[in-house]
Amino acid sequence: MELFSNANDFLLWVRGDAFNIALGLFIIGVLVRILEIFLLGRKKDFSEARGTQWGPGLRNIVSRSVVDNGTFKRAPFVVVVGYIWHICFFIVLFLFIPHIELINALLGIQWPGLASQLVDAATVVAMVSLVAMLWHRLTHPVLKFLSTYEDYVVWFVTFLPLLTGYMAFHRMIDPYPLALGLHILSVELLMVIFPFTKLMHAFTLFIARWYTGAMMGRKGIVS
Amino acid sequence: MNDTLNITKGINALKEQIDAPTAAFFSSCVHCGLCAEACLFYTETNDPKYTPINKVEPLKRVWESEYTLFGRLKKALGLAKPVTDELLAEWEPLIYDGCTLCGRCSMVCPVGNDISTMIRKVREGMVASDHVPEGLVGASTRAVKIGSPMGIRLKALQAQIKHIERDTGLKIPIDVEGADYMALLSSMEIINFPEYIESLAKIFKQANVSWTLSSEAFEATNSGIQIGSSDIARELVQRIVDGAEKLKVKYVISPECGHAFTAIRWDGPNLIGKSYSFKVVHILELLDELQQSGRLKTQGMEDKKLTFHDPCQIVRKGGVEAQPRRLLSQVASQFVEMSDPGKMNWCCGGGGGVSANERADDVRLKAFNRKKSQLEEINVEVLVTACANCRLILEEGLEENNMDMPVVGLSELISEHLLEENAVEGERDE
Amino acid sequence: MNKKTLFESLQQQGITRRGFMKYCTALTSLMALPPSMIPMVANALETAKRPSVIWLSFQECTGCAESLLRSHSPTVEGLIFDHISLDYQHTLQVAAGDAAEHAREQAMKEHHGKYLVVVDGSIPLADPGYSTIAGISNLDMLNETIEGAAAVVAVGTCSAFGGLPQAAPNPTGAVSVSSLVKDKPVINVPGCPPIPTVITGVLAHYLTFGSIPELDNLGRPKVFYGQSIHDRCYRRPFYDKGLFAETFDDEGAKKGWCLYRLGCKGPMTYNACATLKWNQQTSWPVESGHGCLGCSEPNFWDAGSFYKALSIPDGDYAKAAGYAVAAGVAVGAAAGFANQKNKANAVSQHTKVTVDDFGENKDK
Ligand code: SF4
Ligand code: SF4
Ligand code: SF4
Ligand code: SF4
Repeated sequence: MELFSNANDFLLWVRGDAFNIALGLFIIGVLVRILEIFLLGRKKDFSEARGTQWGPGLRNIVSRSVVDNGTFKRAPFVVVVGYIWHICFFIVLFLFIPHIELINALLGIQWPGLASQLVDAATVVAMVSLVAMLWHRLTHPVLKFLSTYEDYVVWFVTFLPLLTGYMAFHRMIDPYPLALGLHILSVELLMVIFPFTKLMHAFTLFIARWYTGAMMGRKGIVS
Repeated sequence: MNDTLNITKGINALKEQIDAPTAAFFSSCVHCGLCAEACLFYTETNDPKYTPINKVEPLKRVWESEYTLFGRLKKALGLAKPVTDELLAEWEPLIYDGCTLCGRCSMVCPVGNDISTMIRKVREGMVASDHVPEGLVGASTRAVKIGSPMGIRLKALQAQIKHIERDTGLKIPIDVEGADYMALLSSMEIINFPEYIESLAKIFKQANVSWTLSSEAFEATNSGIQIGSSDIARELVQRIVDGAEKLKVKYVISPECGHAFTAIRWDGPNLIGKSYSFKVVHILELLDELQQSGRLKTQGMEDKKLTFHDPCQIVRKGGVEAQPRRLLSQVASQFVEMSDPGKMNWCCGGGGGVSANERADDVRLKAFNRKKSQLEEINVEVLVTACANCRLILEEGLEENNMDMPVVGLSELISEHLLEENAVEGERDE
Repeated sequence: MNKKTLFESLQQQGITRRGFMKYCTALTSLMALPPSMIPMVANALETAKRPSVIWLSFQECTGCAESLLRSHSPTVEGLIFDHISLDYQHTLQVAAGDAAEHAREQAMKEHHGKYLVVVDGSIPLADPGYSTIAGISNLDMLNETIEGAAAVVAVGTCSAFGGLPQAAPNPTGAVSVSSLVKDKPVINVPGCPPIPTVITGVLAHYLTFGSIPELDNLGRPKVFYGQSIHDRCYRRPFYDKGLFAETFDDEGAKKGWCLYRLGCKGPMTYNACATLKWNQQTSWPVESGHGCLGCSEPNFWDAGSFYKALSIPDGDYAKAAGYAVAAGVAVGAAAGFANQKNKANAVSQHTKVTVDDFGENKDK
């Protein structure tokens, strides 16, 4: 290791400068993307509204999480694995105590966490579901057709933090500062590519759902 | 080579179309493929190119390279995928033949993308670069030059009116200034289903509605919307606005025809850039209101097993979902829903200008298989709908598949069951 | 006198063969060797010569030496110390000044190639004047002394990794022994201070086998530094169950729950506290209710607050975030307005489409 004299040095950098850089790029990138969206604006709608926009817009943010029955029957894999993945991912991200500590340090808010064994199980399920989703992407005609290199890059960069986190938790990499450092670094990588990829959906889906719900609400369609 | 419409104008038109929702939609797509499962062109062909989000690829490229920092950087470095004339030529059939603008994909996308609206936007670019199907050019040209996409002139309408007046003894008011309602018609109603005009006359008489037709603005359909040209659509909408203002009506009644409703009710004010001085109601909304307020009374029930095909533009894009069901409950005792009813209904396959585009006939008939299997599931005797275009497409599809089933317009069905207060029992027989 | 073997010297003190075997047993376990090794240890000690040890103290606080020497009751550590020939230790030795330095030179000459050098404290490179002994800079003394040494033992984190003197901003330019000594084996025995048993265990190993023990990649003997505090911590079940003390006097703290949220660095710290404990096995930091500081790790002084959880970054992330928000808003607004202009431009360039424009109609 030339760059770092030892694993602790590496961890120090990862927790220090690297984190600041990643956080900075993440914040700048996300803000730019969101401002770019909002500043494009919407034309004033002159048609006579049948209903309001705000309520249905907000409603759609929630109701879009549930797929209609017919589509579920046509694509149960995407729906079920999609749910499992997101739920497990949220458990891992938001309910692991060390992560809660991080969020509390960054945002000053906290909530109760889960037992580490449960988070550990969720990590495994999340990884398995990601692998399953990759397999599906590589084999389903529509997904194969739609997928670009970005989809695979995003998959990989999303998978890494889970893998390194799992390995760090189980102390499969020696010494631990290296394991933890790799885990944090992989998260930083995710943060850096986040604003430039479809990962942005984590933020923009609320905007997208709201606009669609608002449009529907205006026309009197139940969102 | 066409010098008025070209790729530069096409790209420029796409640039004009992109707004905050579009940007939010493109930013959010995760390539999950669910929208494909919502689109009858994919489900009935299994061809991935019909995946809704794929259809808007040209718009996506313009958005990325024009309206995102990263994309602009890529463009500057020559890494952006360009929008070329070839690309638009390749996409033209997907945009016009393989999409009815039914809006079903927009209901299913888990991140909430309104893909259908984006496809409508792509059509603006297709028009500006002259990548449009012959059939739609013809329809638009006739609409602008003759006044109706099917080339129907006032004389033809007058002839139909004369017939109806003779057959029913009812007066069809025309150009009555100061009437409450001005009714619009679609060409198909005038030519193929004049029963609709007759129904209006009967119902309005019973309900005592003050109404009129306009000799200058009777055509409700808007080929400009279908081909995707705001400029052409504006011109067509303006005629209706002028007609309504001239007659000083309080309301304009959209006929059953779905896309006509979208054009006049939702798009119209935005095309002309101001609110109307009148209100627009869909005929089903009006019938429902009349019926709820007791002005429209019916008698007797259809006892045949029947179902209702929701025209996409009326239910999913127009918000008229409960009204047809309330109306049907008054006149049909054996109404059953199809699978995915109401706002999740599957398109007949002929909306969004597809029916006017002969090139799309094959894929449209394939897409009809969705409706066919929906109908087979419930095994009904009569199919009711509320759009002359749907009705034609459904009839054709049923015939093609050797399914013997009458397709009935809902307004007509209501008019057939009007309570004839002063009539001698038995005079009104089917 | 120094020619005597350890066994002979013990015999002189009246220690019996039985006592000697007991001693060997203790020593074997101290070195974390299996009991089957006892005969071998005994055999080695019977023939081992008392080695000469030169102890150099540079930029240090004497904590490490204190840790070792403050143990009272007759311990294995004590015995070991009695039986090495500590020829130079300027804090302890009676001789001072020239006499002391003379003792060092004497030992170096006599035992050339065989003596052990123990170093505590770091070496200042910024200006030798920060720390000198008898007018000799630490660097010079180190270089001079190790010249004939068999091996160097860097005792304490300062000497092993730079420690407190090296903490930012490191005014003295302090460095560790291993960053200077490249041609002799260096055994790092870090800790702030190291556990006395560990120091003596390492010496015992050298004494017994005449070789250095197996080291990890930070030069630490694996027997003592092979496992992390966290791996051997008796509070670990609470960590796994997600039960944490959140303040030093809450219910969790009273119940002995895990100290991770209070900043315990046990997960990243390799040391033997959790097994060997401190003060004659009385207790150890985590047991007494305070999180591990990570004292046996490089840079532990610079690794952020002792009271912040390990998962919390230790840079000035609030400042970074602040700048980023400002920059993001500025860049985003600029990009957004540029987009608006771009779009307005497109709108102004719009040419009205009429049906006559279609190629279809033109062909006619
Ligand atoms: S609007 Fe309808 S036809 Fe068009 S892509 Fe969407 S689902 Fe398919
Ligand atoms: S359903 Fe939505 S997110 Fe999924 S591929 Fe289609 S547009 Fe993208
Ligand atoms: S107290 Fe420290 S070393 Fe012990 S389990 Fe908790 S984090 Fe690990
Ligand atoms: S518990 Fe940690 S900080 Fe305390 S002495 Fe042991 S290694 Fe050092």
